[in-house]
Parts: sequence; C-alpha cells; structure tokens
Amino acid sequence: MSPDLTLVLQLLIGGVAIGGVYALIALGFVLIYKATDVLNLAQGEMLLLGAYVSYGLIAQIGLPVPVAFLITLAFSIVLGITIERVALRPLIGEPAISVIMVTIGLAILLRSIVIGIWGTEYRVYPDVLPKESAQIGPLSVSLEFLWSFGIAMALVALFALAFRYTRVGIAMRAVADDQQAALSMGINVRFVFATSWVIAAIVSSIGGILLASIQGTGILLATLGLKALPVAIVGGLDSIIGAAVGGVIVGVLETLSAGYLDVPLGGGVRDVAPFVFLVLILLVKPYGLFGKERIERV
Amino acid sequence: MLALNNVEVMYDKVILVLKGLSLEVPDGRIVALLGANGAGKSTTLKAISGLLRTEEGEVTEGSVELDGVRLDRLDPSEIVRRGVFHVLEGRRVFEHLTVEENLLAGAHTRRDGGINGDLAAVYGYFPPLGERRSGTAGYLSGGEQQMLAIGRALMARPRLMLLDEPSLGLSPMLVEEIFRIIRRINQERGTTILLVEQNARAALGIAHHGFLMEGGRVVLEGPAETLRANEDVKEFYLGLTAVGEKRSYREVKHYKRRKRWLS
Repeated sequence: MSPDLTLVLQLLIGGVAIGGVYALIALGFVLIYKATDVLNLAQGEMLLLGAYVSYGLIAQIGLPVPVAFLITLAFSIVLGITIERVALRPLIGEPAISVIMVTIGLAILLRSIVIGIWGTEYRVYPDVLPKESAQIGPLSVSLEFLWSFGIAMALVALFALAFRYTRVGIAMRAVADDQQAALSMGINVRFVFATSWVIAAIVSSIGGILLASIQGTGILLATLGLKALPVAIVGGLDSIIGAAVGGVIVGVLETLSAGYLDVPLGGGVRDVAPFVFLVLILLVKPYGLFGKERIERV
Repeated sequence: MLALNNVEVMYDKVILVLKGLSLEVPDGRIVALLGANGAGKSTTLKAISGLLRTEEGEVTEGSVELDGVRLDRLDPSEIVRRGVFHVLEGRRVFEHLTVEENLLAGAHTRRDGGINGDLAAVYGYFPPLGERRSGTAGYLSGGEQQMLAIGRALMARPRLMLLDEPSLGLSPMLVEEIFRIIRRINQERGTTILLVEQNARAALGIAHHGFLMEGGRVVLEGPAETLRANEDVKEFYLGLTAVGEKRSYREVKHYKRRKRWLS
C-alpha cells in the first residue's frame, strides 16, 4: 500500500472514531430539541461536567473505573432532572429566544462550577480505555478509537430503537408532534420533558468521558461539545439517524482537513470545515440530511 | 354519570367563557351539545378533560363530577386513567407517527395485555386504518384522520368519550359514516358519548338527549326528538321552516325572529 493511501485510511479511521462520539453528543441535542423544542446550548458544558466529575472520582478520589462510571451516571440523571425542573419548566410556553438565553446562562454557570472546582489547567485523564494499538495490515489502529466508536454507536442504536419501539419512545415522539393531543391521551408531558433532559445529560457525560480519555481533560472540551450543533443540524435537527451520520461526516471532515489543509492554509481548518460543510448542506437540503419534512396535505 | 354543576370557566383570569353551565350525561347515552361558534362548547369539553389549564383557563366556580368524584382538580393524565377521553377538535393526529403508533399512543395509560386485541377491534370499526397501519398518519385523508382520532380514543377503553366536532371538514357522506360508527361504538361497547357539534342535524340524528348552548350557558335541553321538533331549533340550527321545508334565503329575516328562549 502506498504511504498516501495509508495516511488517508489512518485519517478516516480517526475521523470515524471521533465522529461516533460527536454523534452520541448530538443525540442528546436532538432529543431535547425534538421533545421540547429547545436548542440546548449548554450541551458542551454538560459534557464538560460529566468528564470532570468522572475525572475527580477516578483520579482524585481513587475509585475503581466501573464504580466511578456508575456514580457519574447517577450524577447525570440528577443533573438532567434539576436543569429541567429549575431552569426550563418555568419557561414552558415562553418565547424560544428566552429559553435559548437561559441555556446560555446555564452553560456559563456549569462552566464556572467546573473552573471553580478544578481550575483551568489541562489534566491527563486516567486510562479507562485500552491504549494499545492493533495492527491491521499496514495500519495501526488505536484500540481506544475502536472502543469509543463502538460504545458511542451502540448507545446511539440503543436509543434509536427505544425511541422507535418502546412505550416511552412513542410517547416522546407524540409529545414532539402535538403536545396538547399527547396530553389528551394521558401522556405525562412533564415526565417526557424530564426524560429527554436526563437522557441528554447521560449521553453527554458518556461522550465527555470518551472524549476526555482520547484527548485529555481541559476546559476546551466544552467547545468540542458545541460541535454537536453542526452535527445535529447537518443530520436534520430532529433525526437520530441524522445525528449518527452527521457525527461521522463531521469527524471525518475534521481529520481530513487537519491532515491535508492545515499545513498549506496555516492551521485551524479543522475547526472551520464542519461549519463550511453545514452551510453547503443547508443550501441544498434546508431540513438537513434526514430532517423531518413538514407534512402538508393539499 | 358525568355531571357539571354551575361551572364557570375563566381564561387568563379575566375572560369569563362559561357562565354557570350545568349538564348531565347519563351512563351509556349519547348526549349532543349544540350551539353556534363561541358558545363555549369546546371549553366545556376542556373543562371536563382538564386540558383547560394548558390554555390558561380554569374552573373558577362549580364542579365537574364523574360518579360523584370531582375531576376539575385532577391532572389530564389522571382524568384519562379514570376513563374520560377527549377527542380534540381538528383531529390532531400525530402526523409523523404511523397509524399504528398513533393507536399505541392512545393506549398509553393502559397497563393490561389486551392492547393487540383492541388494535384489531379498531381496525374492525375502521377498515381503512387497517389497510394503512404502517403509513404515516399525516398523509391520511381527512376522513381517515378523523377515524384515527376516534380509534385512538377507543384504544384507551374509555367509559366516556368527549367528541369535539367529528364532522369538521368532512363530506356529507363521510359525516354519515363516522356518525354511524359512533352510534355502533355506543351500542356495542356501552361507551357514553358527549358529542359537540355544529352539524345539529347529524348530531340529533344519533343522540338520545341534547343541550343547546348560547353565550356560555345552556339555554335549552331535552330528549333529541323534542329538540328536533322545537320551532327555534328547526329555524336556527336545522335550517327548516315550521312546515318542515327547506327555506329560501330570500325570505330569511333573521333579525325579526326572536328566539323564544330569550324572552
């Protein structure tokens, strides 16, 4: 195999792996938008908090990884319920712009909490995933990448199936379609709202742990969380499959542009590429790749 | 039996919409609630099903009771669990869900295992739904969507169904079909039905009893036959003259005729 091809494949694998994690984070974003019509701009900070809490439990308190993971999950559930209860529920029925402002405030608050407790310096995340590499032909693939991609995709598939076939899943989609009609079936809309925030908090915590174990823990993780925004929009804001595909596309775009364009163009292209792609996609498909089309009967 | 006693409903704490409304719906009957636009018919149904609160409305006086238990302080989901199901005006199917998923959403409060049997029963009442069970509900025709809205209610096995304008926007033939099925549901399953309608002729055709609303109050009530024979009802709601013939619009002098119940 030529060195060129090896490089492309190497970049592709890295991109797909990181894209899987983006997809997971975007899933939380999509769920909240679908069920409650809220654009949650604090998604990145929820991720940050999850990553730091698990870091604190493993590296600072010294708990074994599985225990720390479970405590982090429990923490995310409490976080999701609290956010919905305290910050969002009083705003039901208020204009979208007020709700979005609240999520920005929430982002600042969560970030400040993290900085207050852990400071801003970069920390090495403990090894939760295997660090070795597997040799596939001429390619060396980090097991860490494989694991995080596998975990992320398994979770995305799990949630997609649950959304499609379970009672709660149908109730969540019903609420997304028509809240009052859902209420008239006896569906508890508040429960659905709380559930979507809890799921969002869980997936962003897990996403945070995966990203942190690949890249280390730093305050910049939050900006990675913001990548969920183009991922979700590319896929269509309300589609879970869209989030999965969008995540992989954005991940691959990032690594490819980092590999090929950063040197000739002077760096930073990896952060811009997803947004350029986003603009192009929206020009062609305004609902995103898999977005729900507005149903119009004539 | 459902009983509304002297119910007052206020929107936004200022707008009084129902002004002391009382009515009774005996078990196993079809009761029609008739009236012009803005008479308060839909508000009455929302006061029963608890959906009023989603629109900043509340019951400020009086009570809504089902077999003596007050409903007007309960959550909508609790009211559904007690067997009262509100089929909203304008069909309101979940457009992006399939027909079957819509029906399953209707069964949301059910915990027993009879759901599959009930799906079959709904497809029995409404064969077009069975043919399109995995189709997207948003692309059904208006009549099929109304069938889905009623079928979705059946999935909850309600004792009392509140139907808000099932004839809205449907062709006369479809209206007839839907009303025939409503009567069948009442006869075969013993479901009590409170039917809100503008189409007084169709509603009084299947109802046992009727209430006529105007300005947030009941102004006339009686067995359906009596209402059908009432001069004022004929004139203002059925569009017939005293002799029972269709009237020409040339002769309409609405302003001269005074409704007798206003006297």
